[in-house]
Amino acid sequence: MTTALSVDREPDATGDRPRPAATARTWLARAGGQNLALIGAMALVLALFGSLNPNYLSWDNIQVIAEAVTISGLLAVVQTVVIICGALDISVGSQAGLASVTSAMVFTATGSNSLLGIGAAIAVGAVIGTLNGAVIIYGRVNATIATLAGLAAYKGIAQLISNGAAQGYVLNDSLFVFLSRGKIAGLPVMVWLLLLVAAAVHVLLKYTDIGRNIFAIGGNDTAARLAGINLNKYLIAVYALSGMVAAAAGVLLTARTGSGQPVSGSEGLELQSITAAALGGCALKGGRGGIGGTLLAVALLGALQNGLTVQGINAFWQNVAQGALLVTAVIIQQRRTGERAVGLPA
Amino acid sequence: MTAPSAAASGAGLTAEAITKRFGPVQALRDVTLHFPPGQVTALMGENGAGKSTLLRILTGDHQPTEGRVLLDGQALGLDSPIDARRAGIRIIPQEPEIIPHVSVAENVYAGSLPRRAGRRLDRAELRRRITADLERLGFDTVLDPDLLGSGLTAAQRQLVEILRALTGDTAARAIAFDEPTSSLSDHEVDALFALIGRLRDAGIAVIYVSHRMKEIFRLADRIAVLRDGTVAGTVDARTTSEGELVRLMVGRDLSALFARQHVATDRVVLRVDNLTTHDVHDVSLEVRAGEVVALAGLIGAGRSELALALAGDTPVRSGTIRVDGSVVRLRGPRDAIRCGIGLAPEERKAQALFLQRTIRDNTSLVSLGRLRRWRFVNRTREKALAQEYADRLRVRAPSIEAEVRTLSGGNQQKVVLARWLALGPALLILDEPTRGVDIGAKAEIYQIIADLARQGTAILVISSELPEVLGLADRILVMQNGRITGRLDQSEATEEAILALAMADDLTPDLPYETATAPRTGTDPAPGGTR
Repeated sequence: MTTALSVDREPDATGDRPRPAATARTWLARAGGQNLALIGAMALVLALFGSLNPNYLSWDNIQVIAEAVTISGLLAVVQTVVIICGALDISVGSQAGLASVTSAMVFTATGSNSLLGIGAAIAVGAVIGTLNGAVIIYGRVNATIATLAGLAAYKGIAQLISNGAAQGYVLNDSLFVFLSRGKIAGLPVMVWLLLLVAAAVHVLLKYTDIGRNIFAIGGNDTAARLAGINLNKYLIAVYALSGMVAAAAGVLLTARTGSGQPVSGSEGLELQSITAAALGGCALKGGRGGIGGTLLAVALLGALQNGLTVQGINAFWQNVAQGALLVTAVIIQQRRTGERAVGLPA
Repeated sequence: MTAPSAAASGAGLTAEAITKRFGPVQALRDVTLHFPPGQVTALMGENGAGKSTLLRILTGDHQPTEGRVLLDGQALGLDSPIDARRAGIRIIPQEPEIIPHVSVAENVYAGSLPRRAGRRLDRAELRRRITADLERLGFDTVLDPDLLGSGLTAAQRQLVEILRALTGDTAARAIAFDEPTSSLSDHEVDALFALIGRLRDAGIAVIYVSHRMKEIFRLADRIAVLRDGTVAGTVDARTTSEGELVRLMVGRDLSALFARQHVATDRVVLRVDNLTTHDVHDVSLEVRAGEVVALAGLIGAGRSELALALAGDTPVRSGTIRVDGSVVRLRGPRDAIRCGIGLAPEERKAQALFLQRTIRDNTSLVSLGRLRRWRFVNRTREKALAQEYADRLRVRAPSIEAEVRTLSGGNQQKVVLARWLALGPALLILDEPTRGVDIGAKAEIYQIIADLARQGTAILVISSELPEVLGLADRILVMQNGRITGRLDQSEATEEAILALAMADDLTPDLPYETATAPRTGTDPAPGGTR
């Protein structure tokens, strides 16, 4: 960005505009207070657990953390897009479960065709995502309620078609093995996938008119409509995207565990994804947020969870910690908006 | 209702040296006004003169930046509307707040309902109280306490607010009415005035905000006029004249604001024939290139609804819209924008702006299609565009990267205009373009409108400020109850002529909650939850 904003313009009658100083300060401002706070928290977590257990900071453990957060990370990335729209998708975990079962069952039914299995899972994700969007738009159902219904229904479908049991075995297939254990340039393939999706969504949000319109819809849907943005189209597309990315997460779940999992491994991912997005600075009212913050929050949550596990802290406490984190993140957000504290929270 | 001794000096409600700033906007400057008990003091002033802000400070909804509020010479620390209520200061808001699914009785005492042990509602006591209060105030024949909030007419809704103000633990000492008659019929206005007379006789300080001269002369003892946030004068209602009041309200030579040539051409940009929507009936009009047409009328006359229909946001039931001669079917605002119709809506914060986004984002939004290659927005061109229009419209901000919420009302409005100017529409609809805008920005917005017209844009302006309508427009269309009731040329238009047409006939006055004549289908969103 070499063009200075107003430097070469003739002096304005309204007074001088401050000249943008292209220094560390603007860089910091661009990174945002929220992200700095996350980096600080991350440093704290790493220092704490690192001092308690020297193996915590080893390259091996860091890879374990990175792999562990891929699936919830994918969901958090796409949840970020949904939240920026001013909506919420609490059915992402169930969608991932349904996709996981689908991928394994189609893989088995087609005589170990992994591409067909993965393709079918993604297609299912696209369909149920679109269905979510259609229920919200054409049924005029509140997004939280619609996807809460989806949370139950999609989980039920996954259990029905699988009889509630893990399906098939996929780790005899080279593609699934590559997905679960492969490495490119020293980093696990799963982590690369997360980074790839995150980068693509980041570019979509930041550099395209589609992203601008998504922010506009979440910021003020009436104004967005009057500015000629087709809300219905955008919302359905965003939910379809959410379904497809959730399905990709489901495929990774199949690859990691070796078989299609209707429930285990995907339950509770909606909470993790929403927590990460909120911690990462997404305004739950919509219109504000970004992928960078969400990724940082995903990493922070993963580091925390791994540290607690390494220290032998009861997993039940980790649930308590996660709930507390979500509420704390939102309280901090609300404090920062500086709105008058009257009426019911939006 | 105790009558305080009016003889005591300083009795009544006093605003003392009140200044109120909202960020960069100074809404009130050193306002000192006294509202004596047993008198009706009318509060007048143009839109944006500071009347609402003053009322909000007197009733504890806003806190003054400087100055204080006194009652009978005692300073009150009003931190909230509850404090003001305890002190005996009440307001009848313009838009009554009614809980839809509970009875009138429960609406009146909401927050302090009588109860029995175990917090159960004491229905017998509630009934006894509402009956007694209705009788005491003389409403027993007009208001059934068992009606549900959602079934009330505008007048009845107002009665509920009045009942709220006049009941409760502390007696009312001062009551403010904020344009109470805007949704009442003549007969209901008579009843309201009789009530206000009784309040005055009971020694209450009545504050009456209205634009309607006739009412004010009928009702008020004293008239206080606000102008641009200061007190322009306080006069005795018996000795003053309409002319004096107008001079106090305006206080400046308006003609200088509207120095513009008339540049209308013969090319018809917009032609509407017999347009009917849910709220607009059989409207026909034309706007030519370079012409400024104003839509005048009272609030609720259907002007904004017409604007939204032309912007494609509300479905057309019958009639045609032609742009540049060809019939267009608008299925959404997107279609209207494609046809070159832009709308700067009435509520800029709620309907137009993205307050947390930058000036650049807000300006470029509808022009992104032009600024992108594939789907990538060209930042350099976007910045250049936003900067160009920010400079041209003199948006006062540190840079185009400033968030719009940090700007003053006038500058926010300029950002809305910049968005449409950047697109270059054939027809620009401006709904109340100078509402809540200070006088300096107003003049600039008038200049922008004049420039646009000179460049051949067709402009449809909706304004409730008559001087603005007269100063800007080549032609004036007056609306009432969703219909056009008059057409005036600039040469023949006067404030009186417009007002006469705006209040022309005795069709049922515009009562949104009584219009049972317009059949509501199940899919129509019923305003205020009347179902």
